[in-house]
Amino acid sequence: MSGHRIKNGGRIDRSKPINFTWDGMPRSGYEGDSVASALMASGDMVFGRSFKYHRPRGIMSAGVEESGAIISIGEGDRKDVNVKMTTQELYQGLVATGQNAWPSVRFDLGAINNSMSRFLVAGFYYKTFMGLPPFEWGKGTWLWMQYEKIIRKAAGMGESSREADPDHYEHAHGFCDVLVVGSGPAGLAAAQTAARAGLNVWLVEQDAEHGGSLLAESSDTERTAALSELSDLGVTIMNRTTVFGLYDYGVAGLLERVTDHLSSADPRLPRQRFWTLRAKHTILACGSLERHFAFGNNDCPGVMTTQATRTYLNRYGVLAGEQIVLATNNDSSYSTACELARAGASVTLLDARNQINKKVAQKLSAANVDYRAGHTVVKANSGAEGVSSVLIGKANGSEWTATDQLPCDLVALSGGWSPLVNLISHRGVKPVWDPSTACFMPVDSSEPLTMAGSAAGIWNHDDCIKSGHSAASMAAKSLGKETTSVVMPATGGWNSPIKPLYEVTVPGKQFKGFVDPQHDVTCEDIRLAHREGFVSVEHLKRYTTLGMATDQGKVGNIIGIALMAEALGCEIPAVGTTTFRPPYTPISIGALSGQSVGAHFRPLRRTPMHNWNLVNGATMTEAGLWQRPWYFARGVETISSAYIREATTARKSVALCDVTSLGKIAIQGPDATEFLNRIYTNPFAKLPIGKARYGIMLRDDGFVMDDGTTWRLGESDYFMTTTTAHAAKVMVWLEELLQTRWHDLKVHVTTVSEQWAGVAVAGPKSRDTLLECVEDPGVMENAVFPFMGVIETTLKGGIPCRIARISFSGEMAYEVYVASDFSPGLMDLLWPIVQSKDGCLYGTEALGALRIEKGHVTGAELDGRVTIEDAGLGKMASPNKSFIGSALRNRPDMQRHDRPRLVGIKPVDHNFTFHAGAILCSEDKVEGLGEGWITGVTHSPELGHWIGLGYISGGHEAWYRKRAIATDPVRKGNVEVEIISPHMIDPSGSRMYG
Amino acid sequence: MIRINCPFCGERDHSEFGYGGDASIQYPALDAPAKDWIEAVFQRENIAGVQQETWQHTSGCRMWIVVERNTITHEIHSVKPAHPGTKTLLANAGDHQ
Amino acid sequence: MSKYSAWSVFKNGLSGHKNWDRAWRDPEPKTEYDIVIVGGGLHGLATAYYLAKNHGLKNIAVVEKGWLGGGNAGRNTTIVRSNYMMPGNRDFYEHSLRLWENLSHELNYNVMFSQRSHVSLLHSPAAIDGAARRYNTMRLTGSDGELWDLPTLKRNIPHLNYGPDSRFPIRGAAVQRRAGTARHDAVAWGYARGADQHGVDILQNCELTGVQRDGNRVVGLQTSKGLIKAKKVGFAVAGSSSRVWQMAELGNLPIETHKLQAFVSEPLKPLLDHVVVFGVGGAHFYISQSDKGGMVFGGDLDWYKSYAQRGNLPIVQDVAECATSILPCLGRVRLLRHWSGLMDMSMDGASFICKTPLENLYLNAGWNYGGFKASPASGWYFADLIANNRPDPIIANHDLKRFERGCNIDERGAGPDPKLHG
Repeated sequence: MSGHRIKNGGRIDRSKPINFTWDGMPRSGYEGDSVASALMASGDMVFGRSFKYHRPRGIMSAGVEESGAIISIGEGDRKDVNVKMTTQELYQGLVATGQNAWPSVRFDLGAINNSMSRFLVAGFYYKTFMGLPPFEWGKGTWLWMQYEKIIRKAAGMGESSREADPDHYEHAHGFCDVLVVGSGPAGLAAAQTAARAGLNVWLVEQDAEHGGSLLAESSDTERTAALSELSDLGVTIMNRTTVFGLYDYGVAGLLERVTDHLSSADPRLPRQRFWTLRAKHTILACGSLERHFAFGNNDCPGVMTTQATRTYLNRYGVLAGEQIVLATNNDSSYSTACELARAGASVTLLDARNQINKKVAQKLSAANVDYRAGHTVVKANSGAEGVSSVLIGKANGSEWTATDQLPCDLVALSGGWSPLVNLISHRGVKPVWDPSTACFMPVDSSEPLTMAGSAAGIWNHDDCIKSGHSAASMAAKSLGKETTSVVMPATGGWNSPIKPLYEVTVPGKQFKGFVDPQHDVTCEDIRLAHREGFVSVEHLKRYTTLGMATDQGKVGNIIGIALMAEALGCEIPAVGTTTFRPPYTPISIGALSGQSVGAHFRPLRRTPMHNWNLVNGATMTEAGLWQRPWYFARGVETISSAYIREATTARKSVALCDVTSLGKIAIQGPDATEFLNRIYTNPFAKLPIGKARYGIMLRDDGFVMDDGTTWRLGESDYFMTTTTAHAAKVMVWLEELLQTRWHDLKVHVTTVSEQWAGVAVAGPKSRDTLLECVEDPGVMENAVFPFMGVIETTLKGGIPCRIARISFSGEMAYEVYVASDFSPGLMDLLWPIVQSKDGCLYGTEALGALRIEKGHVTGAELDGRVTIEDAGLGKMASPNKSFIGSALRNRPDMQRHDRPRLVGIKPVDHNFTFHAGAILCSEDKVEGLGEGWITGVTHSPELGHWIGLGYISGGHEAWYRKRAIATDPVRKGNVEVEIISPHMIDPSGSRMYG
Repeated sequence: MIRINCPFCGERDHSEFGYGGDASIQYPALDAPAKDWIEAVFQRENIAGVQQETWQHTSGCRMWIVVERNTITHEIHSVKPAHPGTKTLLANAGDHQ
Repeated sequence: MSKYSAWSVFKNGLSGHKNWDRAWRDPEPKTEYDIVIVGGGLHGLATAYYLAKNHGLKNIAVVEKGWLGGGNAGRNTTIVRSNYMMPGNRDFYEHSLRLWENLSHELNYNVMFSQRSHVSLLHSPAAIDGAARRYNTMRLTGSDGELWDLPTLKRNIPHLNYGPDSRFPIRGAAVQRRAGTARHDAVAWGYARGADQHGVDILQNCELTGVQRDGNRVVGLQTSKGLIKAKKVGFAVAGSSSRVWQMAELGNLPIETHKLQAFVSEPLKPLLDHVVVFGVGGAHFYISQSDKGGMVFGGDLDWYKSYAQRGNLPIVQDVAECATSILPCLGRVRLLRHWSGLMDMSMDGASFICKTPLENLYLNAGWNYGGFKASPASGWYFADLIANNRPDPIIANHDLKRFERGCNIDERGAGPDPKLHG
C-alpha cells in the first residue's frame, strides 16, 4: 500500500501542517488528520504486531473498530498505550510509537511465533505448560510458573507507565429529555425533531466532528445546515464524547475527551470528563460497522474496509492505494469504487454476487472502474511491507475456484454491515439475526430506547433521516409533546440482496484466514473449537479468545459465529451472540475515578479541636475517617515514652483527651425511655433525669453491636454516645427500628455528632480542674454530681456545656461537651489549669493503655462475633425484660461455657512482651486454631510490665494457675503468659467513685 | 443507576440511598420465641421478580421507604414511606400546597 | 481420550489439529441416574468429578441450563487463597488450596494456577494486629502467611501509592505466598473433561424446571430435556439456590442473591506480579493481572439485592477510585469490559454443604464472594457427603441448622445481613 495525500479535498487544513514522530522518525500531517491518515499519507504501512503470532498489522479501518493499527501515544508518565491510531487526532509534537514488538513493529523478532503457528492454535496452552515436556511430568505449580513468566512477557500489548498519572479528571452530571447518540444523518434528524418539539436534547458524538458517515461524503451542506439549526434550538452538542454504557433508568455513562487532542492544554482543564447523564428517552443513532471477511492472509497490511478507504479519501484527502482491488458482496461499495477511481486510483471491483445491475455497471465503467461479478479475493500475497497482489477466485456454489493474480497495493473489503447493537445490548436486549440483510438487528426494548438509522439496519440515506425523525417524534409523543408522526422506514434498502460471505474457501487449498486479526483467531481455530466441543458461542469466545481483544469483537464476532454455524450445520441464530458489555470503547480508569483519588479518596474528618491539638504537639492517627490525636510527644519522646507518661499522668493528676469523634445522638419524644429500654440490654426505664448509664446494644442475632453511654437530660430527652467506628451504623439502625418496626413509638432521633465537641477530663485532679472552670463551683460537689451524674451548666466565659461524670480510664473522670465552635475556647480554658496541676494532654495510645488496664472493651474486642457474656458484661443483660437480640442470644452455641471469654494477659516473665494478634495456645499444643487470641496490648505504667486483653476458651477461671503460650509466628516467637481477670487495676472501681 | 422517587425529596439516584432489605419480613415481638426470630432474621424468600424492600434516603431526608421493585429488571413499581404516620403527614402537606 | 501434553500438541500440530477429540462428550440424557448434580458450574462439575474419582461411583449426570461454566465460574476475578481463620473455614479453604496446587496435573488440564502471592495492604497498627491474628492462625494450622513491613512491600511492589497524598498511608501487608490466580474457564473445562473421562454425563442446555417428590424423597427432575429420575440429587446452583429450593417446595433459604461486578482492562505488558487487596475506609478492592495482560479487578457488591447480571455506575466509580488511589499508574489504563455475576450471599457470609429436609437431596450453596477458590474442596466434600450421606467433620458447620445453634463462622463479623459479607 502506498497511500498518498491528494491535492484537494478532505476536511484537513493544508495551511496548518503538524509535525510529529512515528517510532522516532519525523512525520508530518495537517490539522484535521488522525494519526492514521497522516501516517498513511506518509506512505507508512506497518503499525502493529498481532497478539500471538506477531504478524504485521496495518490500518484496517477508520474508526473505533480498529484492530490492527494499535500504538502508544505520548511519553513517560503521559504515555497512553493500546491507542487506536484511527481515532487519535493529530497534534503538534505528538509522539507515536509501535508496541508489542522488538526491536520494532517493522522488524519484530517475536514473529518467530508465526513460524510456530501450526502448534500455537486456539487453546494449546490448556494442554501443555503443566510439567516437564514432552509428557508434562511433575507436580505442583513450579514449572507452570516458570513458563508463565515468559508467557506474560510475550502477551499483553502496550507497555504502560508505572508512574502516577499526572493528569486530573472530572465527574459531571446532566439531565435531559432526549439523548441522541451519534450525529450521522439519523442522529441529526432525531435531534432536530426532538428539539423542534421543545425538548431538552443532548446530541453526543464520539468523533471530533459531527456528521458520522456524512464526514465521508464529498459534500458538506447537509451536515452544516443541520448543526447550525440544532445550535440555534439550544441543543447540547457534544463532540469527542463517547456514550460508553447504558445503565438502568435511562442513565448513560459518557466520556468526554477534553485535552487528548491538544499538544499543550490549559493545566486547569481536566484530561477527560465522565458524565452521568439521566435521559428520559434515548435514541441510538450510533451507526453500523462494515465487516470484512476471511480469506488467505486477509490480515496483511493493506487490507481494510471499503468505508475506510472512502473516509480517508473524502475526510482526510488521502488515497489509500494506487492499485486497488475492492471486493464486496453488497451494494454499498459501488460509489466508493467510483470515487477512488476518480481520485486517480486504478480500481478493480470484485462483486461476490453473480450479477451487477446494468445502471451500476454503466456508472462503474464511466468512472473507469474495472469490475467482475461472481468474483472475490481468495488470498492476499504480501510483499516487503504489505499486500502486493491478490489471488482472485470465481464463485463455484458456496466455494470458490482460484482464477488469476491481480497486482495491487490495497484491498478494500465489504462483507456487509453490522448495526451497532452494543449499547442496546447493555440493556439486556438480545439482537436478532436477520438473514435478508445478513446482520444482527436490534429489537424493541421495553425501556424508552429507540434505534434509528443504520444502527436500526436501515441502509438508505434518506430512510436513515426519516428514521431519525420518526424515533424523535415517538420520543416527543411519549414525553407529552405534539409532533407530526413519521412512519419508521423498513430495514434494509439495497437494490440487490447481499450475498452472505464470511470465509472464502477453495477446495483442496489451505489458507490462513483470520477472524479476529488482533488476537490471531483463525478460521481453523473456530473449527478446532467446534471439533473439541466448544460450540456454545460463549465457549467459542473463551476458548479461542475471539472477540476478547480491544475491539471487543466489533471486527470478528460475526464471522466467527457464522463459521461455527457452518461447522454445526445450523443457522446463525442457533449459535447466538455473546453479550456486549460496557464500555462501548475502552475508557480510562482515571476518568471513572474523577477527583476522588489520592488524598481525596475518602472524606477526612477532623474534630473542631484539630488545630488546637496540632498546635499543642499532637501526632495524629487514623481512626476510620477521623484523624485523632495519637500522642503528644514532648522533646525527644518516642510514642512509647509519650503514651506511658500520658497514662501515668492521667492516673496521678489530670489529663485531657479529645473525644469528639464519638457518635452523638439526640433521642427525644414521649416514648424515648421505652425505646432505649428496647434497644439496650440493660434496663433504662428507671434512669433518673441527671444521670447517665453505660449501655450495650445487640444485633438481632444476639451478638454485641455497640456500646456507649446515654444521658438523661429531661423527661423525654436523652443524649446518646456511640463508638467512633459505629456512629453511622447505630444512627441508621435506630432510624430503621423507629420507621420500619416500631410504629407505636413516638420518638425522634437526630445525629448531633457534628454539633457537640467533647473532651475527657480524667484523673484524680479532674474535679479540681473543672471546679476552676465552671461558673458555679457548687455543681461539682460529689453529693450533687456523683459518679454517672449529668449536669448542664456554664463554664467561665459563658460557655454552655453538658458534663457527665463517666470514666473510660477508671479514674475519676468527666466528659465535657460544648457546642463545636466553643471547643477551642474550652481547651484554652482547661489547659492552663491542667498544666498548673502537672497534668497533660493524651491521645488514643494512652487512652488504649488506660482502658486495657481497666479491661474496658473497644472495637478490637467487639468484633461482631462476641456475645455480651464473652465480653464479660453478661450482668448487663437484663433477665427481666426483652430487648433487641434477647431472643437469639440464648441459642445453644452462644451460651457454651467453653466460648472464648474476655481475659487479661500478662507475661510470666515481666521483662517480656507480646503483640495483639498473637494466638493463645495451651502449653502442650502450640498449633492448630489455638485457645484464644490477644486483642490489645500495652505497657502498664502502674503495674510496671506489659499487659494485654484477649479472649480465651472458658475465660480466666478456666485458666486459673495454668500457663498459656502467646504465639506469634508472623512476627516473633512464643511468650509464656498468665491468664488473669481483665480488670487489672482497681477492680472495685473505687477511684471512679472517689 | 436506579432512580428512586423519594416521597419526601423527589426522584434521586440510588447512590443517595442505603438498601435495607426484604420489607415483607414481619419482625416478631421482642419476647417471641427464638424460632420466630430465626425465621425473621435468617430466612429469605429471595424473590426473583417484584419484591417489597426497604431503602433509606441516607444522603437525603434520612427517611426509610418501602420500594416495590423487580429484582431482575430493577424496575420500580411503587414507593411509599415505611412509617404509616408519615404517609398522613405527607397527605396533609399536600393539602396545604 | 488422549492425554494432553506438549507431545500431543506437537503431534496434532503436524496433522493440522484434525484429530483432537471433543473435550467432553455431548450425550443424550438417560432416563435415570444414581446421582444428578444440578448446576454445571465449578462446584457441580468438581462434585461430579470427585464422586466418580474418589468414590468410584458411576451413572452420574450434571445438568446445566446453559453452557457449562456460564455462571460465576466465568465471571469471577480468579483469586485463589486460603486466608480464612474461623473454625470450619480454615481447614476447608486450606484443603482447597492444596487441591489447587496440583489441579493441573490431577485434571491433565492447565488451569494456570499461579502462586504469585496474595498481598493484603495494611494501613494502621490495628489493621496489622488484626491481620496478625488471621495469619498466625494460618501458620499454626499448617498454611503459610507472613507480614511484610513497608520496605519489603516497596521492594516487591514499587508502584503502589506510598506518596504523601495517600489518604490512608500504607504501613505494610499481610501476604500469603501460596495464593494467587487461576484461569477460571479452564477449571470448569478441566473438571468437565475429567468427569466425562470418568463416565459422567454432562448435559448442557438442560434446564431444571421442576422437582418431583415422593414424600421426603426426590424421585425425579423435570428438565427441558424431559424427566430425569435420580436416586440422589445435589443442588449446586449459586445465584439460583433459592429458586431451585423453592422448586423442591422447601420454603426459604438463608440466602439472598446479590450482584457483584468485575472489571478487566486492556491487555498490558506485565505491570503487577501479585494479587493486591486494598480495604480501608469502607473500601474493598482487589486486583491482579491476567496472563493475557488485562488488569482484572473488582470491589464491593452493588449493595442491593438483584438478579440482573449487569452492573451499575456507582460501584464502577467506587472501584475505579480504589484502583487509582492504590495504583496511581492505572489512571491512564483503560477499562475494557465490566460485567456482573450473581452471588449467593448467605446471612453470615459462610457457605452450605449439607443435607436437606429431603433424605436424598443435598445442598451446596451460599458461597458469597468465595466460590471460585473454594470449588475444588467444595466438590470434594460435597461428593463425600453425597456418597456417604454424612458430612465430614470439616464441613460440620456448613449446615443450615447453624443459625438455630447460634454457630457463627462469619469471617467479617458483619452480622446477619447478606449485603455486608463482601
